[in-house]
Amino acid sequence: MNLLEVKHLKKYYATHKAVDDISFVIPQGSIFGLLGPNGAGKTTLLRMITGIFYPDEGQILFKDRPFNPEQDVHAIGYMPEERGLYKKMRVGEQALYLAQLKGLSEKEAKEKVKHWFNKFDMNGWWNKKVEELSKGMQQKVQFISTILHQPSLLILDEPFSGLDPLNANLIKQEIFEMSRTGTTIIFSTHRMEQVEEICDRIILVNKGEKLLDGPVREIRQTFKQHLFRIGVGAIPNFAQMATYHFTIVEQHDHAYIVKLNEDSTTNDILLHFIRQEIPVTSFEEILPTLNEIFITQVQKTTQDA
Amino acid sequence: MHKIWLIIKREFYTRVRKRSFLLLTFLIPVFFAGVVIIPVLIAVKGDDNKRIAVIDESKLFTGNMPDAKGIYFKPLTLVDIDTFKHTYDTYGYDGVLYIPELDLNRPTGIAYYSKGRASMTLESNLNRQVNDIIEKKRLEQAGIDRQKLEEAKSNIDIDFRSGEDEKKGSSTVAYAVGYSSGFIIYIILMVFGMSVMRGVMEEKVSRIAEVMISSVKPFQLMMGKIVGIAGVGLLQFLIWAVLLVGIQLLLPLFLSPDSVQALNHGAAAQNTSNAAMVEAMEKLNYVTGSINWGLLVSCFLFYFLGGYLFYSSLFAAVGSLVNEDPNDVQALTFPITLPVIIGIMIMISAVQNPNSALAVWGSIIPFTSPMVMMARLPYGVPGTVAYWELGLSIICLIAGFLFTTWAAGKIYRTGILMYGKKISLKEAAKWIFR
Repeated sequence: MNLLEVKHLKKYYATHKAVDDISFVIPQGSIFGLLGPNGAGKTTLLRMITGIFYPDEGQILFKDRPFNPEQDVHAIGYMPEERGLYKKMRVGEQALYLAQLKGLSEKEAKEKVKHWFNKFDMNGWWNKKVEELSKGMQQKVQFISTILHQPSLLILDEPFSGLDPLNANLIKQEIFEMSRTGTTIIFSTHRMEQVEEICDRIILVNKGEKLLDGPVREIRQTFKQHLFRIGVGAIPNFAQMATYHFTIVEQHDHAYIVKLNEDSTTNDILLHFIRQEIPVTSFEEILPTLNEIFITQVQKTTQDA
Repeated sequence: MHKIWLIIKREFYTRVRKRSFLLLTFLIPVFFAGVVIIPVLIAVKGDDNKRIAVIDESKLFTGNMPDAKGIYFKPLTLVDIDTFKHTYDTYGYDGVLYIPELDLNRPTGIAYYSKGRASMTLESNLNRQVNDIIEKKRLEQAGIDRQKLEEAKSNIDIDFRSGEDEKKGSSTVAYAVGYSSGFIIYIILMVFGMSVMRGVMEEKVSRIAEVMISSVKPFQLMMGKIVGIAGVGLLQFLIWAVLLVGIQLLLPLFLSPDSVQALNHGAAAQNTSNAAMVEAMEKLNYVTGSINWGLLVSCFLFYFLGGYLFYSSLFAAVGSLVNEDPNDVQALTFPITLPVIIGIMIMISAVQNPNSALAVWGSIIPFTSPMVMMARLPYGVPGTVAYWELGLSIICLIAGFLFTTWAAGKIYRTGILMYGKKISLKEAAKWIFR
């Protein structure tokens, strides 16, 4: 089942097209990466999904029904990139307040806040004012406030910025845990290594338009350059490496990176090494990283314009 | 509706629980009491004792200048003014009053010498005494019996009655009540309007706005804040009302009839303006009955709330436009504070002349009506303010705040989520109609 389906969404501002005809689907329980350079339209897109903005055109389906901001905001947790809390308010009261605004009763809210404060080792913080906390601590409070009402869609915009590795890991584990129990997560970031680690599917946008979307593995397959890394036990001489099956791209100490030529197969490479009696120690395909795909794709569209 | 209630509660409690709320609530009455009481105290207590040497070459004054409270006159004869005016302090005097040979018809050259500037009470006292004596001498010269003249003087108050039912009413009271309630409304609009604006700015600058907007509608957030702060204002008024009633009940215990008399006596002897004030206060007690307090208080509450709603949403809209730069605040609030200031100016004129065209229209147009109408109302409904004027004014104000709230909501919705960009009012005005 798709939790969210976005169809031909458009949002135009006076001077530019912030979101121009974007469509994608997010299956329930998946972790969905929303990627794009600064100013690509990510925030506008998220604000439409959270009901802050109304789209100019297009449709959003939430749980297979047209998105109804009035009710559906209770099923959404949104942690914006520009995050903030009331600085003069006490941490506990603040969390209670935000939870109640998401439709929890005071009693439920209190239970949930206590549960999470306990889990995140924040029991002594209840009466502290937000301004007394460090940035990382504020971040934790913010994260808890976002998930208190057990949203079925959790939207996190750069959730790890400002967190030390320990707390980042804590929150990452929580994200995985929630995903396992059926929460769908939209994850927006610039940090591609995090995307590769966390996300099942991604969408890449630039200048308000979708560049590509799909499962991470498929995307990497689509953009593969047919590069292979071969580890060798002995260094061959120049003549031994001459073949029409592949061309050498890089040469390392005990390894080669080769590009497979057309009409050849991976086994042709291996056969060549075997016939030349070069001992092969390892053989793997090099798939492009999301970072590389991101840069080449974004550069391509930027140059086109 | 439940959410807006949560927001109202938060806005209300966070403000009421602050120490500054308690402080302000109790300090403002103390301040106003001070403004009223201190001049009276000064009038009663007067200056420290002053010893004044009198060199009277005209021989008209010697023995005719009674010592007043705290002022002692010592006539000196065998001294020369030119030297004594430099040395009087070595003899223990605070100043020298010099009266040369006088032509009663054209008295000139009377002078007072002292190191520091003479106080206002001393100045008025000396002036009055000298003038009194010259007047007396002139009367004697002209052969007029002073006693007879005093008897001939008249000091009656005309009974002013207005309207069909010949209601008693003094415009002095109407003036005082109108002026103060108009002024209080002005202060409310500014103080609470600014408070709303600061609250909105805080939400925008601390970036909580976007978190909030993902749970509630911008309009709910704005209205919750406006209503919550209105609640704070009402609570403050309630406390003041209770204090006022309490003080009025307790005051007679502290002020025995003797002290009231002493106060009157002292003030009358010292300073005519204070005497006038005491008189006015007596009069106030006497004629406060001439005002329809029920109508006035309910109108005050209406214009307080109406004016507040009218302006606070505009202040909220401006708050949503401000970025970190505090200079923006000045430029952006000016178009809002300007009509408020124009309102207070019309109010000051209206309280003196409640039937002028300026006053009538000023009390109908919602930008100024909360202040101007409150200045006119104590003069009487329907005597001074016709029913249709009051009705039209109320309708205009309701329509006005519905419009400003709607328009401000549109600006607020966009402005609160705009970061880092300087927004002009012209641009913001466009958001209203899209």
